[in-house]
Amino acid sequence: MHARRAGREPARTGIGPVPIEASVPTIPEPAVAVQHLRKRFGDFDAVRDVSFEVAAGETFGLLGPNGAGKTTTVSMLSTLLAPTSGRAKVAGADVVTERGRVRSRIGLVFQDPTLDEYLTAEENLRFHAELYGVPAATLDARLDQILDMVELSDRRHDVVQNFSGGMRRRLEIGRGLIHSPRVLFLDEPTVGLDPQTRAHIWTYIESLRQSEQITILLTTHYMDEAEHCDRIAIIDNGEIVTLDSPDALKARVGRDRLEIAVPDPEAAIAALGERFGIEATVSEGMVAFYVSHGEEFVPRLFAESGLTIHSVRMSRPTLDDVFMAYTGRTIRDAEASASDHLRESARRFARRR
Amino acid sequence: MAAAAGLHAVLPVREAGGTLATDLRGVRVVWRRELIRFARDRLRIVTSLVQPVLFLLILGEGLSVIARTPPGVSFKTFMFPGIVGMTVLFTSVFSAMSIVWDREFGFLREMLVAPVDRWAIVLGKCLGGMTVATLQGVIFLALAGAADVPYDPLMLLELVAIMALMAFALTAFGVLLASRIQQMQSFSVMVQFFVMPMFFLSGAVFPLVGLPSWLNALTKIDPLTYAVDPLRHIVFEHLTVPAAALASLDPGVSWNGWRLPVGMELGIVAACAVLLLGAAMVAFSRE
Repeated sequence: MHARRAGREPARTGIGPVPIEASVPTIPEPAVAVQHLRKRFGDFDAVRDVSFEVAAGETFGLLGPNGAGKTTTVSMLSTLLAPTSGRAKVAGADVVTERGRVRSRIGLVFQDPTLDEYLTAEENLRFHAELYGVPAATLDARLDQILDMVELSDRRHDVVQNFSGGMRRRLEIGRGLIHSPRVLFLDEPTVGLDPQTRAHIWTYIESLRQSEQITILLTTHYMDEAEHCDRIAIIDNGEIVTLDSPDALKARVGRDRLEIAVPDPEAAIAALGERFGIEATVSEGMVAFYVSHGEEFVPRLFAESGLTIHSVRMSRPTLDDVFMAYTGRTIRDAEASASDHLRESARRFARRR
Repeated sequence: MAAAAGLHAVLPVREAGGTLATDLRGVRVVWRRELIRFARDRLRIVTSLVQPVLFLLILGEGLSVIARTPPGVSFKTFMFPGIVGMTVLFTSVFSAMSIVWDREFGFLREMLVAPVDRWAIVLGKCLGGMTVATLQGVIFLALAGAADVPYDPLMLLELVAIMALMAFALTAFGVLLASRIQQMQSFSVMVQFFVMPMFFLSGAVFPLVGLPSWLNALTKIDPLTYAVDPLRHIVFEHLTVPAAALASLDPGVSWNGWRLPVGMELGIVAACAVLLLGAAMVAFSRE
């Protein structure tokens, strides 16, 4: 993954507006501008006061556990849901007052499949292209191009029913692009796919931003996928808790994470606090805490703490730690509690409608 | 990655949405999808012919033992236009109900988020259902000979025109129902509650004469009555039938003793079509 990131750098400075001030004389309008966006479902605040901007050509990720408000945010930005309050502009058009404009300028790939299984790959693409007004004169060339890009040219006349999950997702991504949108929304583009296919999908997304010069806004709850983004907003309980590039976020945490397995976590937390002044928490059954130099701390831990320790695990900062540092829990802990709550609220909301 | 090299041509962004041309294109695209799916589903074409064939050949033959028709007219001949109506009824409603299916499998969202007005989607769907149901009816018309109905070109043409009109109205009705249905399971409930009563009250399987007054009243409320009667009237116009037989088998629909002309009956069906289409459009613009 890191090799690919490194390899991408020169290309990015070549076409991408990523160092904006260097390549563009006037400050361009951001591709996405969100101000104080809120969404309430009944008495549940799904999104509370979210503000951020995405520059043209940027790949921007909303990272958070299931139920954090990512999909709700994307739904509002793609005009599928009306915000309770706040404003947002996407590709220069207001998501409330200029919905038609927004829709024709964006591509959407949903978390759930939206293909017609009884149509062939090409028919699905054609349906979409004509609905979005791709001119007939360029349609055939564009179809070939898209089918090539998502490597489905040889299956173009096959009915989607016979496609694997990865092929379907690729087709959906291709379909979201066929009308040359300025901003592509990818809601959990790899959820439910096996790791190999996930990696494959990411290859496409990476090649996309180069070939289509497109702004991508994606949501994910996979930490490793967030690494592909130029910038990430970590979102939890409907709020953005922090926003920066993946490297900057990790540098901010800056410390090594230690997890120890002990018979009595409570006693261990107390002992760590007393002897070393360390604040530890229980995470996934282990006692977890951060120290500046893990490799030097471990010998001291055994020598001085007097604790019975079954095992030690040390890790360098990852985005998981960033999430932990900002929210006090791992993304998996967050999902266990948040998704239950959200599902319950969604159910209540659905019943009321 | 190799594919990416050839992808320099980025199309200029086109503004879709808002213009009539865009919406009409939306109508065409949705309509064509219905046709593609119909043509591909050969099994459905065959299976949806099974029911009318059973009605005509088995029920028609079986009932003719007790249902005494005047000499020169078989009960199957009487039933034929009714079964044509039934074929159109079921195909139209089923075709409209594919919206519920689309909703369940997500494709409805693909249509609803497109920069095309909702009315265009609904109209495309109704025209699609109309075409499919009319085609299905035409296939059934091929069996006219089995019911001793002549293959008169003018008669067939008139039947096709009426089938198209009623198919449009019924698809609009189905789309309106579909806008309120979230799950496929509710579909059979809808069929039991709306479609079966409509079918039985329409005069498709028995002539609407000498009925008890409550039943008589119900048949007049059923809009399908005003589509089945013209179908039957046109078939009987092309038969040589004694006047007495006409009175009992093709009595027409009367309001207070006044027999409605075919033109007026079709006018009622057309008015229903417009109202139902409007209601379906409103229902989907709220979705």
